[in-house]
Amino acid sequence: MQRYRRSLLAAALALPLVRSAYAQTAARPPARVVAAGGSVTELVYALGAGERLVAVDLSSVYPAEALALPKVGYYRDLPIEGVASMRPDLLIASDQSGPPATLQRLRDLGIPVLVVPDAPTLPALQQRIRLIADALGVSNAGEQLTARLEASLAALPPLPDRAAWPKAVSIMAHGNSVLSAGSGTTAHAIMTLAGIDNVMQGQNGYKPAAAESILAAAPDVIITTELSVRAQGGAERLLALPALAITPAARQGRLVVMEDVLYLTFGPRLDEAVTRLRERCTPFAKTT
Amino acid sequence: MNPRRRQRAALLLLGVMLLIAMAFSVAGGAFPIEAADLPRVLLRPAEGDELARQLLLEVRLPRIVLGVILGAGLAIAGAAMQALFRNPLADPALIGISSGAAVGAVAAIVVGGAGFLVVAATAFMGSLAATWSGYLLGRRTPGTAGLLLAGIAINAVCFSLIGLFSFLANDAQLRSLTFWNLGSLGQGNWFILAWLGPWTLILSWLVYRRWRALNALLIGEREAWHLGFSLTGLRRELIVLVALLVGPLVAATGIIGFVGLVVPHVLRLLLGADHRWLLPASALGGAIALVLADWVARIIMVPSELPVGIVTSLIGAPFFLWLIGRRPRRRGV
Repeated sequence: MQRYRRSLLAAALALPLVRSAYAQTAARPPARVVAAGGSVTELVYALGAGERLVAVDLSSVYPAEALALPKVGYYRDLPIEGVASMRPDLLIASDQSGPPATLQRLRDLGIPVLVVPDAPTLPALQQRIRLIADALGVSNAGEQLTARLEASLAALPPLPDRAAWPKAVSIMAHGNSVLSAGSGTTAHAIMTLAGIDNVMQGQNGYKPAAAESILAAAPDVIITTELSVRAQGGAERLLALPALAITPAARQGRLVVMEDVLYLTFGPRLDEAVTRLRERCTPFAKTT
Repeated sequence: MNPRRRQRAALLLLGVMLLIAMAFSVAGGAFPIEAADLPRVLLRPAEGDELARQLLLEVRLPRIVLGVILGAGLAIAGAAMQALFRNPLADPALIGISSGAAVGAVAAIVVGGAGFLVVAATAFMGSLAATWSGYLLGRRTPGTAGLLLAGIAINAVCFSLIGLFSFLANDAQLRSLTFWNLGSLGQGNWFILAWLGPWTLILSWLVYRRWRALNALLIGEREAWHLGFSLTGLRRELIVLVALLVGPLVAATGIIGFVGLVVPHVLRLLLGADHRWLLPASALGGAIALVLADWVARIIMVPSELPVGIVTSLIGAPFFLWLIGRRPRRRGV
């Protein structure tokens, strides 16, 4: 697993440092920015350019300052007129934003649109940091942020004995649907960086938690988020969900609760998320 | 007043109301443009704000025109189907025609056809299949119950198919799929309108041409036959026409319910059931209803937007309840 992490880092470092054409042509840095996507908004703040945001989307809930800004709907379903009404001189949109026709029509209106990769991988994160920093004219802050992330991920202490380290399942249960995180999700990527085996990695994306698969995979730990616990009415209720109830992990109450935004955003606080997940899983390492 | 004169006056009044509704709608929206500034923004590009002009011409106007076309099309389809099924509860969304169209469209998106014309064609096939099943199933049991049961069944089948396709879809496709369930005019642009406008006009006219037959159907199918209308032919024509009318509209906007139910019904109460007047009045009324609903959807939570399907359902569903509630007392259309 550690080798996997190193190879991810190596791949990221090998990416050529392409300056975006946007940064070169823009005469002065944009001053009215709309951010679509929670990962974009968090980065804009992390780069120290938060005061230039004039609106964000509904998924932008961190940091708290973002909550005070006007909301242009949900980033996957942006309203053309709503975005235009903010008169932005730049829309920074996650590549999950849409509908695609809306982004094109905003460009047709003369609003510059910067689409940044939103995949939960280190190369995508580094590219996202660089693209946004360059577009905002704060390239130095971007380089510092990337360097800080790399350094603090590289400085993580080595994993304990591979065999003793727990494997886990990540459960999101915000409403009636109980979902488990498969590969390609942020939760999976953070688990992987923390050296934790995701027992549901054979599944792609978030899918309804299948009781039998989870039981068969016998996770040592169940990882969830604060909002999921709150939505279910407490940790005990969450562990009593049909999909989890009879797993050994649930019976013995081996539950790790992570902060939602920290655990579900692959962003500037990635190192913090990985460190915290590791710390909280450590008590559950097997003592054989 | 002579009844024909009264109906002419009603049509004129509806036309004027539509123009007023459109004017309201053009002046309102997330992007602040003063009503008094509209002529200047539109006619003198050099002086004004280029973004405002572009937004008006390329975003807001096509959206409003799409609302007019969609509202008119849905209401005509609703009026025609209410006569065909001899049932005032027939509505493209309630009896599953819209969801049939959505299944066709969703299937096309997941299988890989992304262009508007491909999606519109498959949406038509879906709506045709759903209309036909609705007609066959709905006639088995006389009265409202059979039709509504058929609608429930068709909607159930359609939504399970939509669910299946959503499960199979990848993330990008999923994003275009969620749109079908909510219904929005937000994607209206001049390219789509250049197809939908003439298409809806021609089909509406073809439906309108059959106003005498629709009137005869109201009396009863046997009576219509005695009056000299070939029933099997007429039925087939109307079902195909309605499916052709509704399919592409749904392909462009997703499912927007209750316009086709409420508008013809209200106008029938006001103007009587003569389709010669009811059809054009429904077209105008549907256009007014949808333009106003979309106006509400656009301004109620600025700078965000509500899907217009939610607005029409919030207004239409209570009306539907009232309609079911009053049925036992007054039989017949």
